[in-house]
Amino acid sequence: MKGWMSRIKAVFALSVLALILSGCGEPFLSALQPRGEGAAMIMELMILSTVIMLFVFLVVMIIYVFVVFKFRQKKGQEDHIPKQTEGSHALETLWTVIPIILLLILAVPTVQYTFALADMNPEVNEEGEENEQIWIDVTGKQYWWHFEYEGLDITTSQEIYIPTDRRVYLSMISDDVIHSFWVPSVQGKMDVNPTGNQNEMFIQAEEEGLYWGKCAELCGPSHSLMDFKVVAVSPGEFEQWVEDMQGVTGEEVPESDTAQDGQELFSDNCLACHAVGSSPNKVGPNLTSFADRDKLAGVFDFTEENLYEWIDTKGENMKPGNMMVDAPYDLEEEEIYQIIEYLMTLSPSEITPESAENGVYQDSDLSNLFPEEEEEDDEEQEDENDEVEDEEEE
Amino acid sequence: MSTTANQKAGFGSTLWEYLTTVDHKKIAILYLIGGLFFFLLGGLQAMLIRIQLISPDNEFISAQFYNELMTMHGTTMIFLAAMPLLFALMNAVLPLQIGARDVAFPFVNALGFWLFFFGGIFLNVSWFAGGAPDVGWTAYAPLSIFSEGHGVDYYAIGLQISGFGTLMAGINFIVTVINMRAPGMSFMRMPLFTWTSFIASVLILFAFPALTVGLFLLTFDRLFGGNFFDPEMGGNVIIWEHLFWIFGHPEVYILILPAFGVFSEIIPTFSKKRLFGYSSMVFATVLIAFLGFMVWAHHMFTVGLGPIANSIFAVATMAIAVPTGIKIFNWLFTMWGGNIRLTSPMVFALAFIPTFTIGGITGVMLASAAADFQYHDSYFVVAHFHYVIVGGVVLGIFAGLIYWWPKMFGTMLNEKLNHWFFWLFFIGFNLTFFVQHFLGLMGMPRRYWKFLPDQGLDLFNLISTIGAFFMAAGTIVFLYNVIVTQLKGEKVSGDPWDARTLEWGIPSPPPFYNFKQEPLVRGLDPLWVEKRQGNGKIQPAEPLGDIHMPNNSFAPFMLSLGLFIAAFGVVYQGSMWVLAAIGFAITAGSMLYRSMKDDLGYHIHKEDLEKEGDGSNG
Repeated sequence: MKGWMSRIKAVFALSVLALILSGCGEPFLSALQPRGEGAAMIMELMILSTVIMLFVFLVVMIIYVFVVFKFRQKKGQEDHIPKQTEGSHALETLWTVIPIILLLILAVPTVQYTFALADMNPEVNEEGEENEQIWIDVTGKQYWWHFEYEGLDITTSQEIYIPTDRRVYLSMISDDVIHSFWVPSVQGKMDVNPTGNQNEMFIQAEEEGLYWGKCAELCGPSHSLMDFKVVAVSPGEFEQWVEDMQGVTGEEVPESDTAQDGQELFSDNCLACHAVGSSPNKVGPNLTSFADRDKLAGVFDFTEENLYEWIDTKGENMKPGNMMVDAPYDLEEEEIYQIIEYLMTLSPSEITPESAENGVYQDSDLSNLFPEEEEEDDEEQEDENDEVEDEEEE
Repeated sequence: MSTTANQKAGFGSTLWEYLTTVDHKKIAILYLIGGLFFFLLGGLQAMLIRIQLISPDNEFISAQFYNELMTMHGTTMIFLAAMPLLFALMNAVLPLQIGARDVAFPFVNALGFWLFFFGGIFLNVSWFAGGAPDVGWTAYAPLSIFSEGHGVDYYAIGLQISGFGTLMAGINFIVTVINMRAPGMSFMRMPLFTWTSFIASVLILFAFPALTVGLFLLTFDRLFGGNFFDPEMGGNVIIWEHLFWIFGHPEVYILILPAFGVFSEIIPTFSKKRLFGYSSMVFATVLIAFLGFMVWAHHMFTVGLGPIANSIFAVATMAIAVPTGIKIFNWLFTMWGGNIRLTSPMVFALAFIPTFTIGGITGVMLASAAADFQYHDSYFVVAHFHYVIVGGVVLGIFAGLIYWWPKMFGTMLNEKLNHWFFWLFFIGFNLTFFVQHFLGLMGMPRRYWKFLPDQGLDLFNLISTIGAFFMAAGTIVFLYNVIVTQLKGEKVSGDPWDARTLEWGIPSPPPFYNFKQEPLVRGLDPLWVEKRQGNGKIQPAEPLGDIHMPNNSFAPFMLSLGLFIAAFGVVYQGSMWVLAAIGFAITAGSMLYRSMKDDLGYHIHKEDLEKEGDGSNG
């Protein structure tokens, strides 16, 4: 019996140690360290269900430990025949009714939050007015993410900039297979389905920060490399970013000669798939703010060697199964370096992922983004969204 | 003619006997061998997966190969390991528990096994034919439609063939339980293992057709230009998810209910008490099965079904916790006041209670639809279903195998090695999967070939991999034990555990006709009743007479082999259609042979039976 106990104790001590050592994961990735409204709501629900369930587990374990130690066969009792109990109505009723009550306690907030997380109506501010909604069209592709800001004439890929003062609404679709959009520290996940099954959700970050997003539905060999970032910046910084991004036409001429050559090569070889500036082209990732990106292709360190390898090998071994391997270009070493030089000039804004992490807060009510005359458009937009919701409800 | 168990036979004749057998006890052994083979294969795949995930950014295996391993691990473990191993137990035990001489349709029973076997082999041929399926065991469209090579074709057709076998086995057990019970064996006197196997068979009957339809549509999309799931052509990918989970969720209960049954046999035996709340146990089983069909969309909370559907399925799912809780408490109170012997099957049963409770707890947490937005498709889910399937089904299978090993083979596995197996496996299991709950919440999605450094995921992944090695070591101890025990071949009595149910009232292993005379069942736990109130021997319900037995047949093997050959033709088409023609001809020929030939079986004569002793366990 002693050996038993010490074994259990050792295992227990080990697991506690392991837990302390690694805490609850990293704040930019962990669902256990919520940094947004959605993740915080879900965290509450997780805590509630964990508490209820730990209570159940404790009850089971107390009875269990008592029974196993108390009624274990004792020496000399090998032939003892215990009373053959048929059952007990009182007890059986008890352990039917109590779980039902516990489940009801969990079911009510579950239903409440399920509806709250699906609420796509505009937020209402302190004065009782409806906030302007920022809607972003999200497209999942093997193995990257594309974002178009509705009505703002901005397109990005791999990184999605959001202001911290409000919810940002996503309307999501896939261009190929099913993906799933997940930013654990900000919001739970939602599948991104191909044609005909558009999904909507909101994300909201309470704090500025650079949050990691992951694809959570198996989508092919590079499923585990389909990361993206949510860059949550203060409203003022967001406003500036929007203005800077809107200014990009893709025809800006870079200063250095090499970069100009690179730009030419870029238009000949890359532009068919990759756009610079706002564009509906989403064959390949949009590169408007490429040089500001935190990671290359979502997961690799942003170094010249990595970028060179990517362009040279078309990412064949870096992201197995990626679609760029079919790109028809054939470039010399020198040409690739020229293109890299050009790509490194694609930094239209002061506002970069670093702005999310430097702690500078700039206030704004973002009203500049929604000029009066565009309001009609917005309303139409909302109507459309309502229609979509109605269809879904049917 | 059939051979008796202790007659020494040459290898050739033994092989022929097993290829043609229709005896449920021999089919059980076939299922056991097939299931263990695939269990080891799936385990090997799991080890490769865990080695790949031992450290961040590991390049041990390629992304493509990882996806194939991960797909085949899930598919193999569910369809080709867990289910056949449960069928092994059902075949070995269920007819004996109800006092039957065989299952209702011995020929179909053999056919069911060979279909499973050839389906499983066909699926695994894909490894050598350009790559295994690489789209997860769930094979979500359109990924499964777009997947290159023939991997998914092997998946669709292989599972279709083995699915036919499963469906037949299910129907067979349903009819057996309804029609073949011995006099006095009323429904409410049936042992819980028989009850749960019966209910699981009913689930098979209703759940597998959904899979059949889904696989049929998938096959047509991939091989014959169908567009059921191709969004470009107006197909809808969500329909696959619905079809798959309408099958997939009851499948979980098809696996776990018989395991519940195993524990409901072991716990009373080794507590020396009758099962506490027998009728509520039966009721809970039926209720779990019924509710099991109402909750499939909880696998689809993030699909975008909307808050109304999500809420309904969330609450329905939570409801299943109630009958499951009833079972846990009934087991605890069966032990309460008992005289508990810590034999190895009992130790497995005792380990099952907390691990399955953890699996059930996380199940309720997952049922909470809003919270599931975080859990879904993360390692939290991986941890949850391994706690249910390894901590429930696999512990149940091994507990059952050790418990009924004497009945199946007449030998006893070494208790000391059993305990070694248990501790290695159990510690390894908890090391592997407990930390995965946290990995998921810390942001690690499932089916990830790689995780990145500096994301706080390194330590738990390392612990998880270390645990996997413990589980592998445990399994090796079990195999060693099996080999040593069978080589020694020390025979034990018919009732080595001092058990309670009918199967322990006849010799181990039982004679090929099971019961010389139909037994008379005088209550729940018939052998216990006879031990307490009679002379410890099962009373006969009829005078000694001739026994009618079925003849062996090679047709089930040929029939399945034909489908196996035809499947290659269907996958490769073109000139390979010849194979399909040959294969279907063999299958149709075997069916024709079976239909045209009058096979009335044979009789064992009363005089021969009298020579063999009294056939009871005394």
